[in-house]
Amino acid sequence: MLTLKDLRVVFNAGTPIQNVALDGLALHVPAGQFVTVIGSNGAGKSTLLNAISGEVTLDEGSIQIDGMEMAGLSAWRRAGHVARVFQDPLAGTCEDLSIEENLALADARGQRRGLGRAVRRERREEYREQLRLLDLGLEDRLEDPIGLLSGGQRQSVSLLMAALRPSRILLLDEHTAALDPRTADYVLALTRKLVKDKGLTTLMVTHSMRQALEIGDRLVMLHRGKVALDVAEPANKGLGVPDLLEMFQRVRAEAISDDALLLD
Amino acid sequence: MSAYAFWGAIEVGLVFSLVALAVYLSFRVLRFPDLTVDGSFPLGAAVCATLISMGWDPFAATAMAFLAGALAGALTGWLNVGLRIMDLLAGILVMIALYSINLRIMGRPNVPLIMEPTVFNAFQSEGLDDMLLRPAILLVVVIAAKLLLDAFLRSQMGLAMRATGANPRMARAQGVPTGGVVVIGLALSNALCALGGALFAQSQGGADISMGIGTIVIGLAAVIVGESLFHSRRLVWMTLAVIIGAVLYRFFVALALNADMIGLEAQDLNLITAVLVTIALVVPMLRRRRRS
Repeated sequence: MLTLKDLRVVFNAGTPIQNVALDGLALHVPAGQFVTVIGSNGAGKSTLLNAISGEVTLDEGSIQIDGMEMAGLSAWRRAGHVARVFQDPLAGTCEDLSIEENLALADARGQRRGLGRAVRRERREEYREQLRLLDLGLEDRLEDPIGLLSGGQRQSVSLLMAALRPSRILLLDEHTAALDPRTADYVLALTRKLVKDKGLTTLMVTHSMRQALEIGDRLVMLHRGKVALDVAEPANKGLGVPDLLEMFQRVRAEAISDDALLLD
Repeated sequence: MSAYAFWGAIEVGLVFSLVALAVYLSFRVLRFPDLTVDGSFPLGAAVCATLISMGWDPFAATAMAFLAGALAGALTGWLNVGLRIMDLLAGILVMIALYSINLRIMGRPNVPLIMEPTVFNAFQSEGLDDMLLRPAILLVVVIAAKLLLDAFLRSQMGLAMRATGANPRMARAQGVPTGGVVVIGLALSNALCALGGALFAQSQGGADISMGIGTIVIGLAAVIVGESLFHSRRLVWMTLAVIIGAVLYRFFVALALNADMIGLEAQDLNLITAVLVTIALVVPMLRRRRRS
């Protein structure tokens, strides 16, 4: 369960390039729900994920995961509760480390790291099993540096890494945007499977409206750092991209007329 | 080249392979350009030589030198992580501070160790010449350091350290406290370097305030020579390459200094090092440019 209250993040406050990235955003996500997040550039999607994971510090507001307050905790302290897959396939894995070492790194997420051997034999079998699920032949390449893999393969491993340890929240930041369409479909199918199998509470930012409509239990649209639209079960309602666009236009028009009122 | 000069070069090369491992850890694993080593190498020598001349057991004195180096490295790490001082500058600040500290520790510009016992004396026997004994002992120390470092880099903490250097954002997302890891890594690196300094003082007959000058360049030269000899991404080979690089580098320097016709002398050492490192840095770049 994820509860966000009055999130406010301002970049370059008090300067001419001041930018309010999150402006009193509120959102409640029950346990196990799969939420897709859309919005135009600068709507605050990435800032939202960065704020939840702790890479960006909140100016105001509260982030609660299963009732535990996260605001004020550094990113690495939250990692035990929040798993994350980045947009850049190269960002989620460490290219100098082998495949099994990357998995071992994720295997210790949220735990104390000591001087014991990182890749333990009994865990290696588990890694092999997990990699076999991908059906990419990676289970035979455990000791290869992950830098030798393609972007799609690396993104698939990133997903496995995020789901390897039980975590309360999974954050996906346009994680298929940098992949070619076929690979993107594959990674998306894998995402759905992992989220369903492990019952993960998930926030997926996407630039694709079609994607946002097709998957997930709920669609949230951000505009100017706020939730502008919140649709439950979009797939069951038979909504299409044009409907979404129309809703977006309406929201934006309102926002503009609000501004116009302010100016008066 | 005489046998004496040959084994002398191997001996110094082995001492500097500890420095090279230290530089490999900071520059390559953590990707932190740490210049502290120019101060922590003489720090190790100063602590060790001073304690031995005060009557300490040479092994205990060497261990204290190791700890002193760790402290210096941790300080650089804290300046960078805690006070947000740029990495290069943090190292330079501690390096400069150590110059004064080393003088304070020794109380004078140099502490000779001619008659005092050293760790090498403990292994002296009738059969083996000193000239061979010292390289043999150093070889054991260096191999032990390499194997321990390999094991460390494969441990959970070692993995966290490698990830911190290569991709800190990802490391944090996996719950790695990257700041703390940098401090630990620099402490370990400078401890190794100070150990090298302590052994150098004991093998060369004393500590000198100016012995640290250019340590970083020599260490980096060893890393680069090693890397250009072995093209491997595997850690076990990389640490070995770095050690071989240090020994080879010292060997060639001795060769250059011994070749009378070139007319080079001992004071030209740092110049030779700078020229060699420049060549080693430029050649792969030129080769890449020609290929593309």
